[in-house]
Amino acid sequence: MRTDNIYNFKGVFVFAEQVDGKISEISFELLGKAKELAEKLRTDVTAMLLGYKVENLASELARYGADRVITVDDKKLESYMTEPYADAITKIIKRFNPEVVLYGATTIGRDLAPRVSARVFTGLTADCTKLDVDTENHQVLMTRPAFGGNLMATIMCPEYRPQMATVRPGVMQKAEPNDAHKAEVIKFDAELKNNSNYVEIADIIKKEAKRRDIGEANILVSGGRGVGSAENFAMLRELADILGGEVSASRACVDAGWVEKDLQVGQTGKTVRPTLYIAVGISGAIQHLAGMEESGTIIAINKDESAPIFEVADYGIVGDLNTIIPELIKKLRS
Amino acid sequence: MRITVCIKQVPDTNEVKIDSVTGTLIRDGVPSIMNPDDKAGLEAALELRDKYGAEVSVITMGLPQAEEVLREALAMGADKAYLLTDRKLGGADTIATSTALAAAISKIGFDLIITGRQAIDGDTAQVGPQIAEKLNIPNISYAQEIEFDGNDTIRVKRMYEDRYHIINAKLPCLITALGDMNTPRYMTPGGIKSAYETEITVWGRNDIDVDDMQIGLVGSPTKVAKSFPKALKGAGQKTTLDGEEAADYIISALKEKLIIR
Repeated sequence: MRTDNIYNFKGVFVFAEQVDGKISEISFELLGKAKELAEKLRTDVTAMLLGYKVENLASELARYGADRVITVDDKKLESYMTEPYADAITKIIKRFNPEVVLYGATTIGRDLAPRVSARVFTGLTADCTKLDVDTENHQVLMTRPAFGGNLMATIMCPEYRPQMATVRPGVMQKAEPNDAHKAEVIKFDAELKNNSNYVEIADIIKKEAKRRDIGEANILVSGGRGVGSAENFAMLRELADILGGEVSASRACVDAGWVEKDLQVGQTGKTVRPTLYIAVGISGAIQHLAGMEESGTIIAINKDESAPIFEVADYGIVGDLNTIIPELIKKLRS
Repeated sequence: MRITVCIKQVPDTNEVKIDSVTGTLIRDGVPSIMNPDDKAGLEAALELRDKYGAEVSVITMGLPQAEEVLREALAMGADKAYLLTDRKLGGADTIATSTALAAAISKIGFDLIITGRQAIDGDTAQVGPQIAEKLNIPNISYAQEIEFDGNDTIRVKRMYEDRYHIINAKLPCLITALGDMNTPRYMTPGGIKSAYETEITVWGRNDIDVDDMQIGLVGSPTKVAKSFPKALKGAGQKTTLDGEEAADYIISALKEKLIIR
């Protein structure tokens, strides 16, 4: 809503996403960032926890930095559905007047947040990778990639409140959990009523449980076009297994059908921040770099010495992956 | 059934390069294309029409040259095309864009609205759900499959990170389409010919029922404070090595970083 006095709005609120009664990793990342913003804005952090029989999760949100947890517990919120979630969040916003609301840029957050922004009539910045505060003007500065990661834009929402953003998973740091930190818990009755915007969830089909999600792996062995074939990925898998990591890939490999889309790192794939990222035969298109450059240590192997991946690599090796990787596997095994 | 598909003309971001001297975007010579997710949405609409009969309208908001993507949509088989263009609508963020589009779509009339999940220039995925909110209809995002019961219910396979929901929704509703849900058809020579014979309806601000305070730059809650090319973290060491030497080098790096002992 448009406002003449932004100081009437207080608090950094976070949508604490949970699925099947398990809090999503992004919720902790948001709390970490929210804590930092709240300190700069001289306010506190509130988590909004929606679901069915989820109130027991409030203490976990407190451990990661929530000063207050507002719970909405309702059977209608058991599985995510746009309308009841948007209805509950809108009612919380109208009741508590937060100055900032953060959501994960997940398939839930990116559906919920725009619906809420239109209902409240306020600005929403998508897929942020950086959030900061202009303390002098009391505004949040929301930075995000655009044009396929070629350009960064810093967005503000000067005259409307709350300032809302969805935040890319894997980008913000969680706070260290603190068992002593307790939160005030507020049970909020959102008075949810079935209306014409409700849909019916006829079935829920879980995707096959695969290996660990690349976003959660500490070590990634990532292949690009230079790997050359689906078969050659077996070699990368072997290396990843030795190192206790996972295999990921650039978009070219997904497009070529060598690996599944779930493994894609980059602007249209996942943002990853492992301790170690080994880029094998990846040239390093800007869209790819956008998804991995925050990795702790980057080792790149590529034949082409002018490949852009070397611009971000801590250790760059100009050479043939087909001789280097087997040799590396052999040495690590012995 | 009346299906309205929202499409956007976007620069092919795979072709966008950075000028290494000035650090700015080079947009000259970058081709404009129909946004890929929107194209999949159009294909889904055309498939529903082929099966059940429907009138498929396409709408875009943009500069006058956005007419090109409407012609392409007509050549693929869309029945009607609308171009919403006006300086007063320019500079809009997603909220102001959805306000204008929702007003235009109401005027066209609809049972089903399909948009792409997101556009490759902005990557926001916001305009679809926001249009649905403005029209007070349900939205189902991230559609992998769309089916119709031939009567009044749409069945959508909705994608999440680890699962799908099979969702039944009564019309009217809005769906956002994933780019990989289908393979869009090619334009046909006959289609291209009729595309140039079909008149495109051009609307400006005065043709839609909106509040001036809610459209264009003025009606946009968000403002771009600044934009800048992405800074890359500095390069480390780079050496030319092969086979065993390279393997030794990597192992020493892993030891240095305490990843292996």
